[in-house]
Amino acid sequence: MALRADLDIISGWITPGSRVLDLGCGDGALLAYLQDNRRVTGYGLEIDDANIVKCVQAGVNVIQTDLDAGLSDFQADAFDYVVMTQTLQAIYYPHRLLNEMLRIGREGIVTFPNFGHYQARIQIGLGGHMPISKSLPNEWYDTPNIHLCTVKDFERLCQQQNIHILQRNVVDHAHKTSLGMRLLPNLLGEIALYRFERKR
Amino acid sequence: MPDTLPPDSVGLVTPQSLHFDTPLQLDCGRTLPQYDFVYETYGKLNPEHSNAVLICHALSGDHHAAGYHSMADRKPGWWETCIGPGKPIDTDRYFVVCPNNLGGCKGSTGPTSTNPANGKKYGPDFPIVTVKDWVRSQATLADAMGIEQWAAVIGGSLGGMQSIQWAIDYPDRVRHAVVIAAAPRLSAQNIAFNELARQAIMSDPDFHAGQYYDHGVIPRRGLMLARMLGHITYLSDDVMRSKFGRELREGKLNFGFDVEFQVESYLRYQGLSFVEHFDANTYLLMTKALDYFDPASEFDNDLAVAFRQARAEFLVISFTSDWRFSTARSREIVKALLEGGKHITYAKVSADQGHDAFLLPIPYYLDVFSSYMKREVTT
Repeated sequence: MALRADLDIISGWITPGSRVLDLGCGDGALLAYLQDNRRVTGYGLEIDDANIVKCVQAGVNVIQTDLDAGLSDFQADAFDYVVMTQTLQAIYYPHRLLNEMLRIGREGIVTFPNFGHYQARIQIGLGGHMPISKSLPNEWYDTPNIHLCTVKDFERLCQQQNIHILQRNVVDHAHKTSLGMRLLPNLLGEIALYRFERKR
Repeated sequence: MPDTLPPDSVGLVTPQSLHFDTPLQLDCGRTLPQYDFVYETYGKLNPEHSNAVLICHALSGDHHAAGYHSMADRKPGWWETCIGPGKPIDTDRYFVVCPNNLGGCKGSTGPTSTNPANGKKYGPDFPIVTVKDWVRSQATLADAMGIEQWAAVIGGSLGGMQSIQWAIDYPDRVRHAVVIAAAPRLSAQNIAFNELARQAIMSDPDFHAGQYYDHGVIPRRGLMLARMLGHITYLSDDVMRSKFGRELREGKLNFGFDVEFQVESYLRYQGLSFVEHFDANTYLLMTKALDYFDPASEFDNDLAVAFRQARAEFLVISFTSDWRFSTARSREIVKALLEGGKHITYAKVSADQGHDAFLLPIPYYLDVFSSYMKREVTT
């Protein structure tokens, strides 16, 4: 089975043999792939019943929990990487969670839909309505996304929180990148992927 | 009882027994010179002896976990929901062993058995057994059956505590430990409820300091009260409300102390039917085993350290409305296992049935449980 494109990019960032915690791990595809191909060990955290069953079937160690309840069950520096894909924008306190990620992990990896993408800007600026796109498919009244942000917003938050960005990748909804996206990430990127660590 | 047995039942089963002459050293310092195990098995042991699963029962459980003893049986074994062909503990794949624990009253050596030293029933003289003792004794049963390593040790409530103890005490003999609706040790509130149950039994005039067999009576009222109390802790407020509400049996208040509300009727029925088939001394012993269970106590009260030697993979399941052993108690187990980097899967099942939920056919619970058990390839 082919790995989802964003997970494919992330798995390339992860050193073989490391310990990984996947926050909001969904059906466990990333961890299952990393276990099989990169000798990675670790856990997924997930809240949805159907996803838990899929994780169990995929042979992934999964803990059923609400990320908003925090990560206090995990000790400091327990993991090499703490990963969170397409979940940051659905969290009550994203900044707290980012700091928690770097408490329990050496490095953090997040991906989120970029609200600064030009189509979103056109829809809200000219259309006057909340944007709907392939990476932001939900109506405003029925969405898990409560803290949408742009590439610029995220990088400013990292600055404030003393977080050092190690790697950034900006892609479209098919997870392809282009020269344009690299030059104007906040305008042309639909999905942003970051790898970061605590500033030393 | 149905005229035909359901296809997903193990069907008609017959309890077996094994006698052990090697003395069993107990935590209390005493020794059982000899003992018998009554147990049931379902499914077939494979030639490699690698597909054996141990089922550990809870407080009032016994060896009859699945199937029927005769076509006249009104009800199947206590965990029919989870044991059988195609069920989470799939008897087409696993060889399932369920013993009655020592100190029990369903055939394994306990207070109602004859003490070889004096030819009389043990009664209150039966030593207080611990979860560790049970695990040690179950290991002798495994030896006798030629089972070097369990594919899984599985239990709910007090049974789950035995799974934990197995993983700690016999790291090489357990591949998977399944811990359902359990706790790493009892809270003061849990112990308080147990104490109330014990006091109810011991203050019954028919208790006779545990020697009631000699008097030809049983402490019926005390045991009934203990069971009624237990039942309150097994159910949630929500399930009691939906099952009984404030419904009146006769539709009106009678301004008396007879049964008026349906919930009273239910509790009395549960209490009354229990006293006919359960021994009061066994009930006392079981509550003590619960109170004493505390695997971390041997490791500086650090459960993560207690688990350090464990090699099993864990499945921990809790139920949201269980207030006897709440989800927070299961999270303590999970936290300790995470700290040690153990293989652990944890499912928090939304259910309003309270502690009893672990015995009930809740689709998500059965799904997770089945999926997990399928991971272990044995055939």
